[in-house]
Amino acid sequence: MLKTKGLTKRYGRHTVVDGLSFACGPGEVLGFLGPNGAGKSTTMKMVTGFVAPSAGTAVICGHDIQTDPLAAKQRIGYLPEGAPLYAEMTPRQFLEFVADVRNLSAGDRRGRLDAVIEQLQLAPVLNQSIDTLSKGFKRRVGLAQAILHDPDVLILDEPTDGLDPNQKHEVRQLIRSMSEEKLIVISTHILEEVDAVCTRAIIIADGRLLVDDTPEALAEQGGGDLEEVFRRVTRGDMPDETEAAV
Amino acid sequence: MSMIAALFRRELASYFATPVAYVFIVIFLMLMGAFTFYIGGFYERGQADLRPFFNFHPWLYLFLVPAIAMRLWAEERKTGTVEFLMTLPLTPLQAVLGKFLAAWAFAGIALALTFPIWITVNYLGDPDNGAILAGYVGSLLMAGGFLAIGSCVSAFTRNQVIAFVISVVLCFGFLLAGFPLVLDLFSAWAPQIVVDGISSLSFLTHFADISRGVIDLRDLIYFALVIGAFLYANTIVLRWKQAD
Repeated sequence: MLKTKGLTKRYGRHTVVDGLSFACGPGEVLGFLGPNGAGKSTTMKMVTGFVAPSAGTAVICGHDIQTDPLAAKQRIGYLPEGAPLYAEMTPRQFLEFVADVRNLSAGDRRGRLDAVIEQLQLAPVLNQSIDTLSKGFKRRVGLAQAILHDPDVLILDEPTDGLDPNQKHEVRQLIRSMSEEKLIVISTHILEEVDAVCTRAIIIADGRLLVDDTPEALAEQGGGDLEEVFRRVTRGDMPDETEAAV
Repeated sequence: MSMIAALFRRELASYFATPVAYVFIVIFLMLMGAFTFYIGGFYERGQADLRPFFNFHPWLYLFLVPAIAMRLWAEERKTGTVEFLMTLPLTPLQAVLGKFLAAWAFAGIALALTFPIWITVNYLGDPDNGAILAGYVGSLLMAGGFLAIGSCVSAFTRNQVIAFVISVVLCFGFLLAGFPLVLDLFSAWAPQIVVDGISSLSFLTHFADISRGVIDLRDLIYFALVIGAFLYANTIVLRWKQAD
């Protein structure tokens, strides 16, 4: 469903993402972990077609993001880092705009709009301009536009960043409730999140894939502590084990 | 096509969602009036035409049109919404066209709101309304040319002030391409054919032809080419710079 082949991004002499290859399918919630600056966001930008890779490519539901970008983008729902939105619009106007650009059929349109407004509890702020909303509501509007067209692949860059514990809980529940028929990729540096929602974790640092395993297996390696594994792997304290994990 | 229309509606509505549209339109109309009546000597000339009105359009557009265009891409890049926009199933050309057409429609609305001057001149005398219509067509085309330049420049930067200043300079160059100020930069070293080519790029000469009431196919093609070339360049800049 989502496959990356040797995905690489270089800026000048600096390599941000270095030959990343992985594949995942429906039902998976893939946690994308790594320290800040590890290349998580750049990878997501390449997979969603915003940044052109220096080498390699990503294939979404059989459509290469480089050669067949429109078909690939139709199957992706994407929440960019920080959930950028058009501040002067209201959530209703914004979601209707997304429905139009995504070309939802007249029959689907009303139903999908109502469904995401309900799912993300946006009803109380629908007609208020987005720049007056709290961070939690802004993030929810960002999530709503990502799932509006019921995509097969959902890519969420730090979906719970900056939210309060209740809001985090809600977002995680939403992710779990959608995970059965979709592939969901979330990037995060919050390890509890991996435990809470992910079925699989990939740890990258300096643009390279270091670990690809289930959260349970990872925790086991760290003696029940995910953080221990994360520190060990990303700092390269114990290179032998890191190699073994790859 | 429906994607371009969706983007067009969003963009046009966003002008009117903030005070930008109203401030712009009021200032535009005030300046138009002031130039036409005071500097242009609309009454003193005693002629029933809109020459003093159209004569000032290039100079007003020089500053006001880049002010509309500067936000087109620079603002999207600044706020990060460009990442949202360009990961929607849209081609760069659709995105560029949707935004450009909205800005052009906005400029058209501002221009259309100058209609009282047309009523005035028809009340006072018996003008050649065909020539006036040609003047409006030429003015709208010229605004489109300036907007295409501004839109392209706006894609280079996330700073709207930089986009504005560079657009004004570029538009100024295009405006005066047929005049010594610009030609002297080239005549010293470039072959005559290049100098002639540059001098034929002048917005001012092409606009002056149309606003005299003569809609020549060559002038129309000229503006269409300028708009097309800069919008095409815009899509290239967008793909090249969008990730920075």
